[in-house]
Amino acid sequence: MIDESLPSADPWQALRRYTNARIALGRAGDSLPTAPLLAFQYDDHARARDAVHLPFDAEGVAAAAGAAGLPVLIVHSAAPDRPAYLKRPDPGRRLSDNARTVLSAHTPPDDETYDAVLVIADGLSALAVHRHAAPLVIHIAEALQGLGWRLAPIVVVRQGRVAVADEIGSLLRARQAAILIGERPGLSVADSLGIYLTYDPRPGRTDAERNCISNIHVYGQSYAAATQTLIYLMSEARRLKLSGVALKDERAERAGPATLPT
Amino acid sequence: MIYTQTLGGRTYQFQDLKTLMARATPERSGDQLAGLAAESAEERVAAQLCLADLPLTTFLEEPLIPYEEDEVTRLILDTHDRAAFAPISSFTVGAFREWLLSYTTDSEVLTALAPGITPEMAAAVSKIMRNQDLIAVSRKCRVVTRFRTTIGLPGRFSSRIQPNHPADDPRGIAASILDGLLHGCGDAVIGINPATDSPQAVMALLELIDGLRQRYAIPIQSSLLAHVTTQIAAIERGAPVDLVFQSIAGTEAANRSFGVNLALLREARAAALSLRRGTIGDNVMYFETGQGSALSANAHHDVDQQTCEARAYAVARHFEPLLVNTVVGFIGPEYLYDGKQITRAALEDLFCGRLMGVPMGCDACYTNHAEADQNDIDNLLVLLGVAGCAYIMGVPGADDVMLNYQSTSYHDVRFVQTTLGLRPAPEFESWLIDMGIIEPDGRLASREQPRLLQAVAQLAAGCA
Repeated sequence: MIDESLPSADPWQALRRYTNARIALGRAGDSLPTAPLLAFQYDDHARARDAVHLPFDAEGVAAAAGAAGLPVLIVHSAAPDRPAYLKRPDPGRRLSDNARTVLSAHTPPDDETYDAVLVIADGLSALAVHRHAAPLVIHIAEALQGLGWRLAPIVVVRQGRVAVADEIGSLLRARQAAILIGERPGLSVADSLGIYLTYDPRPGRTDAERNCISNIHVYGQSYAAATQTLIYLMSEARRLKLSGVALKDERAERAGPATLPT
Repeated sequence: MIYTQTLGGRTYQFQDLKTLMARATPERSGDQLAGLAAESAEERVAAQLCLADLPLTTFLEEPLIPYEEDEVTRLILDTHDRAAFAPISSFTVGAFREWLLSYTTDSEVLTALAPGITPEMAAAVSKIMRNQDLIAVSRKCRVVTRFRTTIGLPGRFSSRIQPNHPADDPRGIAASILDGLLHGCGDAVIGINPATDSPQAVMALLELIDGLRQRYAIPIQSSLLAHVTTQIAAIERGAPVDLVFQSIAGTEAANRSFGVNLALLREARAAALSLRRGTIGDNVMYFETGQGSALSANAHHDVDQQTCEARAYAVARHFEPLLVNTVVGFIGPEYLYDGKQITRAALEDLFCGRLMGVPMGCDACYTNHAEADQNDIDNLLVLLGVAGCAYIMGVPGADDVMLNYQSTSYHDVRFVQTTLGLRPAPEFESWLIDMGIIEPDGRLASREQPRLLQAVAQLAAGCA
């Protein structure tokens, strides 16, 4: 008989290799054993909270993204700093006046348009953007240029939220906007990147008009899988002239299980 | 119409009913963000005094969002049950509070009343109730629904297994499901938030759960929390869809931002009903809501976030769901700043939903940029358990590795059940005992090796 006064390990610990979820933690009565309890509170929660406030190295990301062979512009949202950004979502969705001036100088001449603009924003995890945005945007830009797409300059936004790409796409007259943005840090993963795609971007677009590829990080989607999905969605968006809930990922063969990005 | 209230030698004016409601709302960051909150504690009390004297019939005569502009308003007013409303039709909001708390207003009376309550009436009375009032009345409400298990019976407390995986890996998801079942969780639903919105991925995961369910004869239901159109497409292709899920909100415009409307929800429900998969009932819908969703979509019509939330329950109620849960801290500190605001909002949502006859559960959660931690959630869980909350989330270790937020864990479900003497749904409880997962007294079994470990061994050996 097992001594109920001691914490017991779970006999299904072998399953932990299939997921980074916190399974088979064991128990003390109904509660957690001490080690996972303290790991959650003092290590992981603290790390995730710190990631929210990590300063964004926009210049470093812009320099690395320059390898895509496109001009890179750095702009600021209408949110002046991190505390303001966290308190009020709306300024993070708009551009600063200076950003509008900078982008207007890159509007294509006459009636020309870009096929797409790629945007990078810190969102809620600069850490995710530092780690993943430049290599991923290079993958994406190369793939789109290989298909003959005409791309606008890459735009890096400080204190940006997803919808800031609407105004950027509209100012640059881009037919589509894809924004790579830091997702809010979780306990196990503080560096998860997401991509949101909007066809015919302009202020006032709703979330139902966007497609999302989330969880790009070492335990989630690889760069290759995310790029394939995005290129598929962008090609379909161009064909159907829409994005969002009416645009489904109908590929029969989906990307395989998670692998480390290379 | 302008409402006025004199307090402390000052006269406060509220330009219309929705302004009065917003100013009377206990403090929260979302209403401040929207510019709707009271500017001082005294103005809030003045609004509450004014609201308490308002006849309940005002809410039938003066819609907060115009009837012509909003299909949710039309649904609320067109389906209002005047006969059920009759016993309280002469009350003010203040008298309604006292009536709700009185001994003679018992479970039976409240069940009969539910169709006569509009969301605005529920929201109004909640604004002049303290947390203990919300708990006392919510506990008296009875809302019972069925599919393969019975949800909401007195003395029962159910849970959703939320086995998300950042890449939708079937083995990773199966591992988290087994971990949940072995902790005695999952009787509300096994509900997966997929990382992608692909019909193929949805079908594969639904088949995974259905295979497990049939193999071990588990009385459970599943749901894939993709967009409703993706689930309808999966039904058309023959997928084993138990519950159709959708996030909903309390205004037509906010629902539009989710890509849904009432007609689409009607279509989805008809599709799910056509499969006839429920064994003991046909509550086939699963909805999630949360304060702040209408404001976040700029679709709130200057109505406070708690009233918008209560209106979402009118949408839910219309489609006879098995489960509805408010995801109370998910949206972030811009809407509910800290543990105190999250707790208050959860109790308001539970009260309003149950008063309206909606099978309420709660995702008691917070994000890493909010001023809250697991202690706040522990406190809230006890309150929810006492107040008759039907179910909570079971997330491995309370850490959702796909959605990146902290919710409640399998261990937390057990804590509430043991501490408050609550048990899982009866059908599921019998299965747990038969499988050797729990003892007849409700404790997790420690001597027997549960038979479900066979499935674990097979999964570990690589044949998922």
